[in-house]
Amino acid sequence: MKRIDRSSKVRTGFHQAKWDEPIIYELSTPGERGILVGQPEKAIAEEVKGVSAIPAGMARNTKLNLPEMSQSRVLRHYSRLAQQTLGADVNIEIGQGTCTVKYSPKVNDQLANLIREYHPLQDESTVQGILQIFHETDKYMCEISGMDRFSLQPSGGSQGIMTMASVIRAYFKDKGEDRDEIITTIYSHPSDAAAPAVAGFKIIYLQPDPKTGVPDLEQLKAVSGPRTAGYIVANPEDTGVYNSHVKEFVDHIHSIGGLCAYDQANANGLLGVTRARDAGFDMCFFNLHKTFSTPHGCGGPACGATGVQKDLVKYLPAPLVGFDGKKYFLDYETVSNPCAVGKVREWYGVAPVVLKAYCWIRSLGPNGLYQVAKTAVLNNNYMFKKLMELPEVSAYYEDGNNQRVEQARYSLEKLTKETGIGTLDIQRRMMDFGMHYWTSHHPFYLPEPMTLEPTETPSKKDIDEYIETLKYVFKEAHENPETIKTAPHRSVTHQVDESGMDDQATWALSWKTYLKKYTE
Amino acid sequence: MKKIGLIVNPIAGMGGSVGLKGTDNTAAEAFRRGAIPRAGDRAKSALSELLPIKEELFIYTCPGSMGGDIAEELGFRTVVKPEASDGAAKAAPVDAGVLPDPLSKTSAADTKSLAEWLLENKVDLILFAGGDGTARDVYQAVELSACCVGIPAGVKIHSPVYAKNPKAAGLLALLWLTGKVSMTQEEEVLDIDEEQYRKEQINTRLYGYLKVPKERSFTQNRKAPTPLSDAAAIDSIAYEAVRQMEPDTFYIIGAGTTTRGVMEILGLKNTLIGVDLVYNKKLVANDLGGSELLSLIKGKRTKLVVTITGGQGYLFGRGNQQLTPDVIREVGKENIIILATKTKLAALSGQPLLVDTYDEGLNHSLCGYYRVIAGCGETIVCKVSDN
Amino acid sequence: MRGFESHPYIPNSVPDIQAEMLKEIGMTSLEELHKNVPELLKLKNDMNIPEAFGSEYELKRHVERVLSKDTDCHKNINFLGAGCWQHYVPAICDEINGKGEFLTAYGGEPYNDEGRFQALFEYESMVAELVDMDVVNVPTMDWSQAAATTVRMAQRITGRSVILVPEYIDQEKKKAMENYAECCMKFETVKCDSMGHIDLDDLKTKINADTIGVYFENPNYLGVIEPNGQKISDMIHEAGGLSLVGVDPISLGVLATPPSYGADIVCGDLQPLGIHMNYGGGQSGFMATRDEEKFVMEFPSRLFGIAPTSEPGEYGFGDVAYDRTSFGHHREHGKEYVGTQSALWGITAGVYLATMGPQGMEEVGKIIMANAQYAAKRLSQIPCVKVNPFGSVFFKEFVVDFTATGKTVAEVNKALLAKGIFGGKDLSKDFPALNQSALYCVTEIHTKEDIDTLAAALTEVLK
Repeated sequence: MKRIDRSSKVRTGFHQAKWDEPIIYELSTPGERGILVGQPEKAIAEEVKGVSAIPAGMARNTKLNLPEMSQSRVLRHYSRLAQQTLGADVNIEIGQGTCTVKYSPKVNDQLANLIREYHPLQDESTVQGILQIFHETDKYMCEISGMDRFSLQPSGGSQGIMTMASVIRAYFKDKGEDRDEIITTIYSHPSDAAAPAVAGFKIIYLQPDPKTGVPDLEQLKAVSGPRTAGYIVANPEDTGVYNSHVKEFVDHIHSIGGLCAYDQANANGLLGVTRARDAGFDMCFFNLHKTFSTPHGCGGPACGATGVQKDLVKYLPAPLVGFDGKKYFLDYETVSNPCAVGKVREWYGVAPVVLKAYCWIRSLGPNGLYQVAKTAVLNNNYMFKKLMELPEVSAYYEDGNNQRVEQARYSLEKLTKETGIGTLDIQRRMMDFGMHYWTSHHPFYLPEPMTLEPTETPSKKDIDEYIETLKYVFKEAHENPETIKTAPHRSVTHQVDESGMDDQATWALSWKTYLKKYTE
Repeated sequence: MKKIGLIVNPIAGMGGSVGLKGTDNTAAEAFRRGAIPRAGDRAKSALSELLPIKEELFIYTCPGSMGGDIAEELGFRTVVKPEASDGAAKAAPVDAGVLPDPLSKTSAADTKSLAEWLLENKVDLILFAGGDGTARDVYQAVELSACCVGIPAGVKIHSPVYAKNPKAAGLLALLWLTGKVSMTQEEEVLDIDEEQYRKEQINTRLYGYLKVPKERSFTQNRKAPTPLSDAAAIDSIAYEAVRQMEPDTFYIIGAGTTTRGVMEILGLKNTLIGVDLVYNKKLVANDLGGSELLSLIKGKRTKLVVTITGGQGYLFGRGNQQLTPDVIREVGKENIIILATKTKLAALSGQPLLVDTYDEGLNHSLCGYYRVIAGCGETIVCKVSDN
Repeated sequence: MRGFESHPYIPNSVPDIQAEMLKEIGMTSLEELHKNVPELLKLKNDMNIPEAFGSEYELKRHVERVLSKDTDCHKNINFLGAGCWQHYVPAICDEINGKGEFLTAYGGEPYNDEGRFQALFEYESMVAELVDMDVVNVPTMDWSQAAATTVRMAQRITGRSVILVPEYIDQEKKKAMENYAECCMKFETVKCDSMGHIDLDDLKTKINADTIGVYFENPNYLGVIEPNGQKISDMIHEAGGLSLVGVDPISLGVLATPPSYGADIVCGDLQPLGIHMNYGGGQSGFMATRDEEKFVMEFPSRLFGIAPTSEPGEYGFGDVAYDRTSFGHHREHGKEYVGTQSALWGITAGVYLATMGPQGMEEVGKIIMANAQYAAKRLSQIPCVKVNPFGSVFFKEFVVDFTATGKTVAEVNKALLAKGIFGGKDLSKDFPALNQSALYCVTEIHTKEDIDTLAAALTEVLK
């Protein structure tokens, strides 16, 4: 036997788990059961009418068509589907730029199980522990942002933005001012425009200066005025470029009577380095499922913790979690202003997510948070340097002074020009090596964009592997573009034929409509 | 069975290889300098992508170098334009250094007449190989009445009707013919003034629109609302523009598909490459020239609705010369309403919008920041510049 | 250096590696990063956050100690519901949603996240069967959000301006709906009659050409089964509006599906389907409609559909109706946003439904009805306690009126708590007309013994 050569840094032998798993209805066998539920206790059944009490016409009269499967078969099916999903636990998460997919510590998940059987209406005396965790998390968020109070009720980033827009609306309603315009930027998250639009605002987008990548102040001054309710912006924006003049923007908006809201979905590179309130912002939100490590859960449950400065506390959704020196309590009083937001989500937010974020903060402490930010930025700048050495990769707004923060948007336009292979092709091919890869929100503002975000989670080796894999794929683009055009080959499925997905006659949104439309 | 129309401009692209900046009116010079025709190869590369469905296709084309040769060489079933047997057929074969006399003079006319014949035969798709000049010729015959795919083969390729490369053109045609792509999109036919281009001045202008298949990407947008399609975005913009219309005010509606949306919402006849006038949501006149326009609005409250045309972010001076400096001055800077889809603005990556009327003083006075209507309740701030 | 040498969550905190990487980018210290953040904006002081625990074990001890102050529905007998309900969670549900691949996935493509897409497509398919509709969204935040989106969808479809909601609705849900939809519609309340049903006469006077539709729930917030669904749907349809129905999905093994009495859009909360209460963190909303373009195009949410791939015999998935834009969207400032919501709970609800099967869903409905009726019967034997003052048929929850006992609900609940019982939700603030009433929730997890214990405790408390 010889020593096995496993020197390749690129996982050319990768193949994602692929079970060719049928749709669950195809696994159904009439009569099989997944669980025993039982019957009403005999002594109870004898005393009551049960379902025979249901009013005429209100009993279910159609057969309930659910799969009938023994428990092990249900488990096997879903275990296979899990394996056909590229979670952060199994891959090097660099490719989901702007999503801040970092390590979610398992101990935090375990601890969150302790509150599974809590009912939100339990007497306050029975939930002092979890209320303490809410209250402390609120305080930590205030320390990190400089704000005065947080609501942990919003349960996603977009709902956090909606909450900020609602606070802005409440503030002007209370003041009796009619302002209906929100200013944001092209490179902020699309929800920074979409959520205020849902709240009834008109949206004005600032465009970045083609050289610096951030808008100039003149532009803001030209379009802001008495109708301006607020300025909602991310910084750094999705390009990873930081607007150094952010305070001047905020000051200008304040000078005309508007409010400023900071989308801190991209805060991972700023913890302990700079704070929203110090730049003058009136409010901000953090994604606890991003920056504060709680698992993304295929897209929620999550938390978009939203904080405000003291003058705006009274408009936050109810309740807050207060502490009177002895006990913790649900505080409806502070937010009882008649113009206040009221409610954005049921109860108090997603408690397990709050608890996991609390645990994460306590595992790192103030210096650890700072180190997270510094390391995330170090990782990103290391990666930026290495990638910019490749002839296929370029970046806009690159004058040598625009140091990226926690993520970067690149352009593959040179590669596309030479080979015809675009960023969407590269995205599909990277899957053949078990890697995520993200382009940009639409429409593409920069040609052939690639957005990567190595958080503090990957090691140098991991980052190097990602770079080596990209290099390998770029080489293929020159030598064997067909392989890339037809990718993915080693992911779970091949290219999806989307031609039927925009027409009611052909789309299939559930198994029953699929069978109806596609049975001879 | 599907019918596909094929138009190859055999001399397209020859100018470039010998240092000419286009082949319009200079084919003879290009031949003299030893240019080799490449358009045929480019068209062949595109057509090869259709070989898998060869049995289900008829190719309609002219015999010889305008398409017939390639189609037959690749073994497609071919239907050739009957009367073309003498006219354009003389064009073939084209050899380097030898200029078949009628070619340079008749190529534009041949393109147009072939395109017209393809329309008569109701082809499912027109595949044409050439450059901006060829696209203009096709547009003149076809306008929006058939779906087209451009195979880039010319020296000048500014028009987004062209695919990224010949192979991509072939693939797009394949998707369209097999029904995998069913949406279409109107793309601009742009061209530059070649006389100026040879003098290093690049001034593209809008000549019209062709309908091309719109491909859905193989990957999904995630965690954000799906962006509007171009058609929906134009609707949304038009709805907003109409909502903002004030009574007893003239509205000049400029050229382009985005401004056309306004006329469609109002249910009015529209001139795509021209200027229309509207008053109290009723049509005053279509396709006005500069002086007519001026006489109609002189001294009246008027707003001017324009979009970006001509591929490089021009508001004035490219394809809308009816909007003369006098008309623009009469309307006034504050009454200019700009409409543009996010996609179109994104393609400019933040570069300023440009004004280039022949009145430099006016150009300068039009500079500044504008709120461009980009959707319902949405504006994008754009800088307008004169250089 | 600030921070740790070699923190387990930060691999590149290893000093040598960090130095090597800094060198690569031409720096000597981490302080050289963030060079575009102005000095003025840099945080100079330490954040007032406790120093990190020295070990994972210390963290665990700390959190366990903090939470040890609490008690929960497992250690007590719980009769609280009102929007968050205690049901049995099959072990397999926790097993699946605890799998790291699902737990830590996010926004991958349908190729490498195929399992996520398929699991959510299957959840859509099963909930569609449960509510007897065709199309179900990838879940939203909670029932409040689902109801808010439902009324906005209806607003876009009808182009009208007033939405009718019943008097007996979760007041917090109503607040969330109002905050979400106030910019494009007015909320008007329809009275409920003495049976707790929607007052059809009042409804009739309030429906007109401006009415978007009527949103009602079955069972309603106070547990009452609304028997006039068809009449309500007919009345609103006649006026050109939409019938919008909120539903408790665990009732649908035994109760009629909303489309059977004319619903156009159905919404509800998935939490009863295999998701722990999690102190209110288990909520997850859904909407459902027929497979008609008019409805499907108004979903703001992602909708996953099945499709062929380039490989024969292979299932693929993707987002259906990519460009979901209607005239209504233009009129009302574009589309609603989507984003991170509660996908993991959608997958879990799918696991629950597949595990329960048709028989399990029917059985659980039967047990809930029997237990709740038994509890009502037992409590009604207590002097001065008026149970189910509406006299209507209910599912899972019912009102208990303590007014005649001379004690407030708060007092009663405090006394029950001392006996290890969580009494029902106090309704006296939300619905003053019901005086000192509480909303009791009884499900399949309650045994006869639990209910008898409650009855005995109440008897004693009210003595």
